[in-house]
Amino acid sequence: MRRMSGRSRDPLVRALVSALDARRVQTGDGARRLYSRDASVIRGGRAGVVCFPETTEEVSACVVASLAHGRDFVARGAGTGLAGGAVPCDEPVMVVLTRMDRILEVDVSRRLAWVEPGVVNLDLSRHLAGTGLHFAPDPSSQQSCTIGGNVANNSGGPHCLLYGVTSAHVLAVEVVLPDGEVVVLGEEEGDSVGYDLRGAFVGGEGTLGIATRICVRLTEDPPDVATLLLDFMSVGAAADTVSAIIAAGMIPAALEMMDQRVVEAVEPFVNAGYPTDAAAVLIVELDGQPSGVADEIRRIEELARAHGARSVRVAADEGERERIWKGRKSAFGAIAVIKPDYYLNDTVIPRTKLAEVIERIYEIVEEQDLIVMNVFHAGDGNLHPLLLFDAREAGVMERVLAAGEEIVRVSVAAGGVLSGEHGIGLEKKRFMSLQFSPADLEAQQRLRSAFDPVGRANPAKVLPTGASCGHVTSLGRLPDGVWV
Amino acid sequence: MGVSAGDVHMVGFRSDVGDSGAVCVRGGGTRWGVGGGPDGAREVSAPVGIVTLDPAEMTVMVGAGTALSDLAGELAIHGLEVGMKGPSGATVGGVLMVGRSALRRRRVGTIADVLLQADCVGADGVAFTAGGPTVKNVTGYDLCRLLVGSLGTLALVGRVILRTRPVPSRSLWLAGEVEPERVLDATYRPSCVLWDGVRTSVLLEGHGEDVDETAARLALLELSATEPPVLPTGRGRWTGRLPSGGVLEVGSGVVHQADDGGPPTVSDGVRLLAGRMRASFDPSGRLNPGRDPYRVAA
Repeated sequence: MRRMSGRSRDPLVRALVSALDARRVQTGDGARRLYSRDASVIRGGRAGVVCFPETTEEVSACVVASLAHGRDFVARGAGTGLAGGAVPCDEPVMVVLTRMDRILEVDVSRRLAWVEPGVVNLDLSRHLAGTGLHFAPDPSSQQSCTIGGNVANNSGGPHCLLYGVTSAHVLAVEVVLPDGEVVVLGEEEGDSVGYDLRGAFVGGEGTLGIATRICVRLTEDPPDVATLLLDFMSVGAAADTVSAIIAAGMIPAALEMMDQRVVEAVEPFVNAGYPTDAAAVLIVELDGQPSGVADEIRRIEELARAHGARSVRVAADEGERERIWKGRKSAFGAIAVIKPDYYLNDTVIPRTKLAEVIERIYEIVEEQDLIVMNVFHAGDGNLHPLLLFDAREAGVMERVLAAGEEIVRVSVAAGGVLSGEHGIGLEKKRFMSLQFSPADLEAQQRLRSAFDPVGRANPAKVLPTGASCGHVTSLGRLPDGVWV
Repeated sequence: MGVSAGDVHMVGFRSDVGDSGAVCVRGGGTRWGVGGGPDGAREVSAPVGIVTLDPAEMTVMVGAGTALSDLAGELAIHGLEVGMKGPSGATVGGVLMVGRSALRRRRVGTIADVLLQADCVGADGVAFTAGGPTVKNVTGYDLCRLLVGSLGTLALVGRVILRTRPVPSRSLWLAGEVEPERVLDATYRPSCVLWDGVRTSVLLEGHGEDVDETAARLALLELSATEPPVLPTGRGRWTGRLPSGGVLEVGSGVVHQADDGGPPTVSDGVRLLAGRMRASFDPSGRLNPGRDPYRVAA
């Protein structure tokens, strides 16, 4: 039931209502339950009062009220995060930014746009249709995730191989700092003035303040695009081809791998013509000017065949291109035919170690008697092993967790990192000490403390030394839709 | 220079920095006055040399005291480059700490995009690592971006891992008396566009035939091949008006001009946050005490 908060006896709620209005301050169980989770596997979050500000001033008022009443606050966009970054601990004030969804300004000649944080990623690129420009970060959740969420998580996506992750596309950001003050970090043009506080803020997972207006860089649409589908009889051969392409001095716009289990699951849905008997396929996208693209197609075909590619197919038209990508992007919808639940990991390894680490992942998963599917951003070594299981099976969660932890350990031991694009949130903070020394973590804490000296902004996230969130369960029933 | 570095584990560097007394790292000294002087701080040197260069990873680990030209020479053998540029004699660490992006930033990205990992010594004399070794990484806070342009006021950087890029197969400067907007409309992602108020210069890079095809299109706007421009050494920030003798780096906000302009104005809120940041990393104010990143021209 939706409980109106207009006559609440809670002084915090009264303060929030006077700053917003009763309609946009919700205290009922339904709202609190809805906002207690995100798209991660983490359950057991506890939201406090849920606010829907519509202006920077209202966001600031939410923060100030939280502080005045000794409560934490957690910012939230569309809730598509996969690491529990927006899962509330200890009944914080939830600052939900989805009503701040206006595209404020598009400056085509200067190739930038100012947007509010609740603008959906794909809506911005749709809005830009016809201008010859687009917003480059393209997480697979782009039809749902917000640009504010992209900023908080420094999100990636297939085309970030060439164009860089979100931080490379955020020029400036208006932030409500954790003390309620409003600042603009970064510049519309040029290198940062003084410290790159904008760069420090991006990827802060809501622990450094709340973005209320974002100036994004717009990228020119390429004049020519080619999409290639390469298939291999071994995962190792596909991985070696990835290394060979990079070593040859080419950076494709995207370079994705799908293993046989993914191909088998996806092909019946999309009819993209994926060879279902291949051990792995690579999707390679090249963009730029026509001669450079044509030259790279030729060089990649040669390299792929030298590394054992069985076939190399260049999409003949836009329809074929779309089908190839549809298979990649809908991979996670297709897996329900195999198992009802899945847990998606996200680590990065040196791309020259792809073959050996993937082989090790197959072993780890077999040891735990689970099923794994691999569909990932091979070009930058960003793995996304997807563990499939049925949560109703007794004891399966322990095995899923054990496999997930071992994959993280193997990735770090191979010279990799904990996360390439999903962030740390609650999910991985216990692994931070695998990658970082106490001194490394202290340096990160120094950055955080400068933004948030009192520790009220999403405090239980990212650093293992911060507040704990004892009541969440690390894995519960998995969400119906999840993206990578 | 060889592909090996002295002080690989930064033991000497950490000991040189110590845990007390004002201290700074001296690189090539090519922009020694930027943001103020060392103010009597003890000068130490960062390790020199390439530690590891793996072309298949497109990353390089290098001592911060390595001359950028030495690194560039070694990378060029493998057809690679880093998206950084500095005056002759500048070191890798110095260029990162000053934080000015290369003239070719439209192609190679900003200098903040280059630094993947930094091994540092903090104000307390304790070594720590910022960032990570892979080309993609969102693990924890982005300390690397905070360090770039910090003038060594948050930590002293001894060793770094940088992103490398393939060198374009063809580069061509063109110039002509035309508005920069028309050049931008006629090109796809040029590496640099300069405007001196009358003439626009553009750097085309990429596949030879694409460069030639674009050059042919620009010939219709009466742009013709030219030598790389020699720019004035001072800097200012673009305010909508070009100073006499100034050259605008279109899209970057930078004006190359005879003398350095004044530092841009910064809001009180940003100043306060920056002050907290500096105090958080260096509570006793021993790192580069005479320098202030907010006193830099552009």
